[in-house]
Amino acid sequence: MATASTKTILIKPIFMDNPIALQILGVCSALAVTTSLQVTLVMCLALTAVCAFSNLFISMIRNYMPSSIRIIIQMTIIASLVILVDQVLKAYAFEISKQLSVFVGLIITNCIVMGRAEAFAMKNPPVPSFMDGIGNGLGYSVVLIVVGTLRELFGSGTLLGITILPSVANGGWYQPNGLMLLAPSAFFIIAFFIWILRNKYDEQIEKNEFEMKPHTVEKGAH
Amino acid sequence: MSSNINSVANTIKVALGLCVVCSIVISSAAVMLKPMQTANELLDRNKNILIAAGMFDPQVHTNADVDAMFEQFTPRLVDLDEGRYLTEEEQQQLGIDPQTYDQQTARNDPSMSIALSGAEDVASIRRRADYATVYVIQNETGGYESVVIPVSGYGLWGIMYGYLALESDGNTIRGIGFYDHSETPGLGGEISNPRWQAQWPGKEIYAEDGDVAFQVVKGGGSGESQVDALAGATLTSRGVENMMRFWLGENGFGPYLDNEVRG
Repeated sequence: MATASTKTILIKPIFMDNPIALQILGVCSALAVTTSLQVTLVMCLALTAVCAFSNLFISMIRNYMPSSIRIIIQMTIIASLVILVDQVLKAYAFEISKQLSVFVGLIITNCIVMGRAEAFAMKNPPVPSFMDGIGNGLGYSVVLIVVGTLRELFGSGTLLGITILPSVANGGWYQPNGLMLLAPSAFFIIAFFIWILRNKYDEQIEKNEFEMKPHTVEKGAH
Repeated sequence: MSSNINSVANTIKVALGLCVVCSIVISSAAVMLKPMQTANELLDRNKNILIAAGMFDPQVHTNADVDAMFEQFTPRLVDLDEGRYLTEEEQQQLGIDPQTYDQQTARNDPSMSIALSGAEDVASIRRRADYATVYVIQNETGGYESVVIPVSGYGLWGIMYGYLALESDGNTIRGIGFYDHSETPGLGGEISNPRWQAQWPGKEIYAEDGDVAFQVVKGGGSGESQVDALAGATLTSRGVENMMRFWLGENGFGPYLDNEVRG
C-alpha cells in the first residue's frame, strides 16, 4: 500500500475497491438520499469533502496521537468537519440542507469516513490520505449517482427537476414507478451494480465460506 | 518516543489542544454564517406562509418571488386571551410591533406568556405567548380574504412549527405549511410533503356546536373535517391533531376567530 501511486489510490476505490459495492460501507445514506439527483449530488460532495479532509487532518497528526484516545480524536475531527459542512449548507443551500435533514449529520456515523481514517490515514502520509479520501468519496458518489439517476428518472420522470419522461399526472404518458421513490428500490439497484461489477472483476467474488460435500451413500448403521 | 506520546500528560494535552482547535473552527464558522442562515430561515418561514395560503406554487414561483408576494399580507398582532387585535397604543406600551415581534422568544418570557396547566396544554407546548402575529389578506371591500395563523405543537421528537391559512369564514382550511420540525425523515417528516398537505384545503375545523371537529385519522380521512394520518407516524399525526385542537380552541385563536374573523 505504501508504494502505491497517487493515481492508484485515487482510482482504485471507484470500481476495484468500491466502498459501497465491495466494502459494503455507507449503504444507509445511499438508500436515504437518492430519491432525487440534486440532493444526491450535494450529499456526494459533502461526504467526499468530509472524507478527504478528515483523512488529511488525521494523517497529519497521526504520529502525535495517543493510541488510547485514537478513535475519540478521529470522531472529534470528523464531527467538527460535518458540523462545518452542515453550517455551510444551511447558509448557501438552505432548501437542500432541509431535504438532507439529518443525513448530513449522519455523515459522522458513515462507516466510510471512519473506516478510511482508521484503515488508511492512520498509516499513511497526508497527501496519499487526502487522495484516498477523495477516491473513496468518488467511489461512494459513483454508486449514489447511478442510484439517484435511476430513481429520479423512473420514480418521478425527471432529472435534476427537469422533466424527461412526462408523467401521467402532468398530462404525459409516463406512469411513475412509485417503488423507485421508496428505500427498497435502492437496494435492488445497488445489488445490480454489485452484480455487474463482480461480473467484470471476478476477484471481487468472495469464496464460499463452506462447500457442500457431494452426497455420499451412508455405510454405517442408523 | 512512543511511550512519551502515550503518557497520561500527553493524552490530556492532545485532547485539550484538539478540542480548542475544533471549537474555535466551529464557533467562528457558526458566527460568520449566522446572518445568512437567519435570512434563509426567514425566507423559508415567509414561503411557508405563502404555501399555507395556497399562493406559492413551486412549479411556477421561485424564492425570488417570495418577498414581493409576501407584501399582500398585513401582519397584525392579536391578544389571544381577549381575542382581538392590539391597538397601536397598546403595541407601543408593550414595545412590540408586528414586523419584529417574535412569538417563540415571547413564549419563554414570563411577562409575555402564560404557563399552561396540564388540562389546557393539549399540544404539549407548556407555555404560550400572550400575543401572536397573524397575517391577513383583505379583499377590495375591506373584508377578509384569508387569515394565516401560526401554530405549533409537540410531535414525536420536538415542537413542530407551522402556519395554518383559513378562508374568510374562519372555519374552512385554506392550507397548511410547516417551516420547522424535527420529526423522523420519511415518516413523521412527511408533514412537510406537499402531497400530504394537499388534502387539507377545504376541510372544516369546527362542528355545528362550535367545538373543534378537526381530526387526523387513519385510513383515508374522507370526512369533511378529517385528514389522513401519516403511515408509520402515529405520534406525529396525533401531535398535529393536538396542535390543531389547541390553537383553534379557546386557549388559542378560538376567541380571535370568533370576534374578529367570523364576528
